Amino acid sequence: MNVFRYVVEPGFFGSGPVHIALAVGTVVAVTSAVVGVFTVMRGQSFAGHSLADIATTGGSGAFLVGVNQFWGYLAFGAGAAAFMEMIGIQRRRGRDVATGVVLGAALGLAALFLYLGTEYSSTTGASFTILFGSIFVLTTSTVPALITSALLALGTVVALARVLLLSSLSPDIAAARGVPVRAVGAAYLMALAVSVALSAVIIGAVLSTALLIGPAATALRVAKGPVRAVAVAAGLGVAATWLGILLAYDSYYWPPVGRGWPVSFFVVTLVTGGYLVTYLRRPDRRPSAQESPDVEQVCSPA
Amino acid sequence: MFTGLMLNTWVAATAVAVIAGVTGFFAVLRGSTFAAHAIPNGAFAGAAGASLLGLNPFAGLAVFSLAGALGIAGLSRRTRPDVATTLTFVMMLGVGALFVSWSSQYAQEAYALLFGEVFGVSAEEVLPILVFGALSVAAIVVMFRPLMLSSALPEVAEARGVPARRMELAFLLVMALATSMTVPVVGALLMFSLMIGPAAAARSLTARPGLAMTLSVVIALVTVWAGIAISYQSNWPLGFFVGVIGAVFYLGGRAYAAARRRLGRTASLAA
Repeated sequence: MNVFRYVVEPGFFGSGPVHIALAVGTVVAVTSAVVGVFTVMRGQSFAGHSLADIATTGGSGAFLVGVNQFWGYLAFGAGAAAFMEMIGIQRRRGRDVATGVVLGAALGLAALFLYLGTEYSSTTGASFTILFGSIFVLTTSTVPALITSALLALGTVVALARVLLLSSLSPDIAAARGVPVRAVGAAYLMALAVSVALSAVIIGAVLSTALLIGPAATALRVAKGPVRAVAVAAGLGVAATWLGILLAYDSYYWPPVGRGWPVSFFVVTLVTGGYLVTYLRRPDRRPSAQESPDVEQVCSPA
Repeated sequence: MFTGLMLNTWVAATAVAVIAGVTGFFAVLRGSTFAAHAIPNGAFAGAAGASLLGLNPFAGLAVFSLAGALGIAGLSRRTRPDVATTLTFVMMLGVGALFVSWSSQYAQEAYALLFGEVFGVSAEEVLPILVFGALSVAAIVVMFRPLMLSSALPEVAEARGVPARRMELAFLLVMALATSMTVPVVGALLMFSLMIGPAAAARSLTARPGLAMTLSVVIALVTVWAGIAISYQSNWPLGFFVGVIGAVFYLGGRAYAAARRRLGRTASLAA
């Protein structure tokens, strides 16, 4: 057992916060991975990240008026998604600009909320928790609500999977077959907003983006067919989260400060590392800058 | 409002607005909005690292924003730009989280880097802003024609011997240069809003590149000046006013463009 002790610090399996972190982390990782596959396919990474940032703004706003932060996250996430959709997120080029403008305005609001927040209650470092979050300081009371909403977002995406896939890969064919492309896109964006808002509450905006895009992008490079890509992405996301939590727990005794390294650092490193590993394989398809390799792979028969 | 320290603020903010207007125009045109968000915000991690090592935050910002530009350009060779940007960005922020967890009294400084400290600009800080700002604007002016061509018509540019990838890298490096010296003054978030809002508004007002770039600078200047004046009076953070004014300009620009299109349509129907 001695060797085992070097891998897992004593007390890891007996710690309450670790149990919650693992359970919640798993739900978030799976939801993010599934939603993320479509996000990467549709080229909406920026929207995914922005919604996380915007949701955290809602969190600080809710904190300010004394409402449960959870509602702040949801309201701002969904509101921003609706707004982005309204001002023209459908066109690829204009889309990023629309996202950017909404994000810019939301970040301005964040500055205001944090200013008013620190003014009235002097919570230094609030900006910090909001940005980086911490999976070890979850309050158990919010966990059921978080999990319910995550499953709701997951359910929406799974239910829409077929039409979503078609309208992501070829909007024109989808429209010709009578798929309401815009409505499907809007529903998907709502699901994205909810899932991202939740994971941002739990693990911070940075990590939420990493879990949304990293595993999905890796899976789309290695897996053939969308179903397998979703499975691989979920597996990678869960593995990175668990390993990250384990390493963060171990790191309480590591130099230089003996205070523990942040979970987000480990998970981000694992996720990015996993993605870079796929680069080691020789590209067997013709390299092309314009056509996206991800979509090509998904389109190819499994 | 126009004396002593505030004079530095006005000068620095004016310089930042010009830089943001010029680089932002291309960021919007090229669809590099995400990179414009990722480079300043990711560079913030570098400042955290520099403060941990006891170095000048400028050094950390410069190293990280350059690393960010190289990372985005490098990864984009083999994958979609948005995925490349995301991964580079989260990696930088992850390292930033690590640096922050190692140092104990960083939270206040981090707040300043994210949201800016435009009302505390010292005379020594103004000079590097002017120098680096002039450098990045000069770089954009020198590259204007090839950059314009490769942003608007990448295939034509490629055929004429303007390599798209090299232009992308060059542009990202200019953005990194612009970022590393503006972030300590105006903050990462404000730099981003100032790059996107005015440029997007200008783009919807006119299709002529020279005019659009000038308009983008003018709108950025108006945004920042109005923001500073209101912020000075109300004591609310500048970032809030810049973000909101930028968005209002954008929505105004969109409304104007829509109205003009509708007028044009009725005119052509009548004719």
